[in-house]
Amino acid sequence: MNLFRSQVLICGGTGCTSSDSPKLAARFETLLAEKGLDKEVKIVRTGCFGLCEAGPVVIVYPEGAFYSRVKLEDVDEIVEEHLVKGRIVRHLLYHDSVDEQTQSIKALDDTRFYRKQKRVALRNCGVIDPENIDDYIATDGYMALAKVLTEWQPQDVIDCLKASGLRGRGGAGFPTGNKWAFAVGSKSDKKYVLCNADEGDPGAFMDRSVLEGDPHAVLEAMAIAGYTIGSDQGYIYVRAEYPIAVKRLTIAIGQARAYGLLGKNILGTGFNFDIELRLGAGAFVCGEETALMTSIEGNRGEPRPRPPFPAVKGLFGKPSILNNVETYANIPQIILKGADWFASMGTEKSKGTKVFALGGKINNTGLVEVEMGTTLREIVEDIGGGCPNGKKFKAAQTGGPSGGCIPASMLDIKIDYDNLIAAGSMMGSGGLIVMDEDNCMVDIARFFLEFTVDESCGKCTPCRVGTRRMLEILQRITEGKGEEGDIERLETLAKTIQASALCGLGQTAPNPVLSTLRYFRDEYEVHIKEKRCPAGQCKKLLRYTIVADKCKGCGLCARNCPVKCISGEVRKPFVIDSSKCIKCGACMDNCRFGAIERK
Amino acid sequence: MKTLADLQAIRESKLQELHNRREHDGPRVVVGMATCGIAAGARPVLQAFMSEIAKSDLKDVMIQQMGCIGMCRLEPIVEIFRGSEDKVTYVHMTPDKVARVVSEHLVNGRPVMEYTIGAAEQH
Repeated sequence: MNLFRSQVLICGGTGCTSSDSPKLAARFETLLAEKGLDKEVKIVRTGCFGLCEAGPVVIVYPEGAFYSRVKLEDVDEIVEEHLVKGRIVRHLLYHDSVDEQTQSIKALDDTRFYRKQKRVALRNCGVIDPENIDDYIATDGYMALAKVLTEWQPQDVIDCLKASGLRGRGGAGFPTGNKWAFAVGSKSDKKYVLCNADEGDPGAFMDRSVLEGDPHAVLEAMAIAGYTIGSDQGYIYVRAEYPIAVKRLTIAIGQARAYGLLGKNILGTGFNFDIELRLGAGAFVCGEETALMTSIEGNRGEPRPRPPFPAVKGLFGKPSILNNVETYANIPQIILKGADWFASMGTEKSKGTKVFALGGKINNTGLVEVEMGTTLREIVEDIGGGCPNGKKFKAAQTGGPSGGCIPASMLDIKIDYDNLIAAGSMMGSGGLIVMDEDNCMVDIARFFLEFTVDESCGKCTPCRVGTRRMLEILQRITEGKGEEGDIERLETLAKTIQASALCGLGQTAPNPVLSTLRYFRDEYEVHIKEKRCPAGQCKKLLRYTIVADKCKGCGLCARNCPVKCISGEVRKPFVIDSSKCIKCGACMDNCRFGAIERK
Repeated sequence: MKTLADLQAIRESKLQELHNRREHDGPRVVVGMATCGIAAGARPVLQAFMSEIAKSDLKDVMIQQMGCIGMCRLEPIVEIFRGSEDKVTYVHMTPDKVARVVSEHLVNGRPVMEYTIGAAEQH
């Protein structure tokens, strides 16, 4: 075995890969070989570090130097200075990793982005090479499976999960121990363990990052689940749009089989368990549990009524359990470190941590994991670094198209399952989209509803027809054709759909509308009554005017207007004919005197 | 098929590498690798430290490089930092001396006084 004096960790997550991190890795390899350092310095391609905003990210240990937005030509400098001469290349470091006063280099955990995070599900992401099972084993991988197979009865696993307080990370927050216990109670010759990796919320990438950064954790937890409920077959239902996750899962399953950690007679205990992948074709509804199972069976992904619940009659009519990727990723550690350790984190009814994908109008776009009960303010302002360009925070959307928004007045809400539901939103799988003062809340509601209308499978009428009617009303409002009574119509429709839709997709589809109505009703009213969009987002409601005092009469706006709706005499104020204006904004872009106003 | 013992063996053999992939407070072996150090033969010394430490049971030792500290005539210089103890500066290091430094200083906590700068200054 070799000892490496330095290890260069290069992010191989989807974000950094699309900003060319594979080319960086290749360049490092070439240069190190040229300098004869390839036996001293090891290149590791890891999963996501979380700070996607600063990608591609390269971290060099043992110094823990965090290089951000590394370009191909920077690699030469890092090799020459840092790896050959031992001098950290300061100007390439992530800006927050250098202390402004002392100019010393901070530990990664002391940077604003990482300081308040607690990594449990993501503990190995950005540390191990996800394509090397030995790396996972070195971080206690498969030890929880070994412990369960050799020392525990299935009931011990159930007791441990119940005591830990782990709840499903896919959105609804059902206690995992109870779910497994139901499946234990169902008698059958065949049972199935399923993993839901059909992450479809716009802006969410938690599960993808776990699968890309630590795929074996999910495999191990599924094998533990198999032992617990008495199943020998697992399926991971993963989106085909996640090619890197699919590739790493395929490699991981192959390695686990080669080591006898999947397959027959695992660790010589006589327990058999194997896992297969099933690729989803990108339908959002297939993230719903019954639709997902229908899809694995080879049928069109449509939900069916419950009961019977999957624990009684699931995949192929057999008892099944279905858990989310992040839920599984927590389980091996709960077994190794104990239920008390897990239950010591979080709030009274929500234990442990939660991973969030931060997106939208936020400086540090990326993946964060925080203890339950962390406030939204800490996530948005401390970890996320606030809104770009000094804009004011307006609201955050959690739970994607099934969730709702949390307004600025509630920034101090402690995030857990129950608080979010009380606020009219939900935990969801963990997408957290930040909106600033320039976002129109009516438009946001329209955006999410448009998504669910597109993704409705069409099986039940409330969802197929009801959500479309809601969308039509919203479109009308954003186009300035809103009528008195539209808000009430939206509310009636929303409540009917919530009560009567067949599956979770339909039942939760009205949430973005209801929550924006709850906190931003005045914005809806202004749209309807005054035909005005306060945030200036709804194009058809905008009005461009020329401020006579500021206009020098140069005529530049008129020359650039594509529909020739601006007229006037040179050196006198020009005028816009609003009836012809298409609101393209060309006049505003070209005016040198700031004389054009948009309201 | 692997047994539990096999898994543990894999784990043990990789621990050193994984440990160095996190920030930690283990002992640090810092080798002077400026032009003077390299010319005096610092690279074989660095490589000797790497192979000796790999052979030992030490899991958390970091090996780092540094620039010139001004005493070029004493190169190759190696400094060892262990927790709150004073740093120990070894001078005129050669690959042959490394095994003793690793076993006596890093493993047993007793610096090899005769290789240190203090001993060299007395001559």
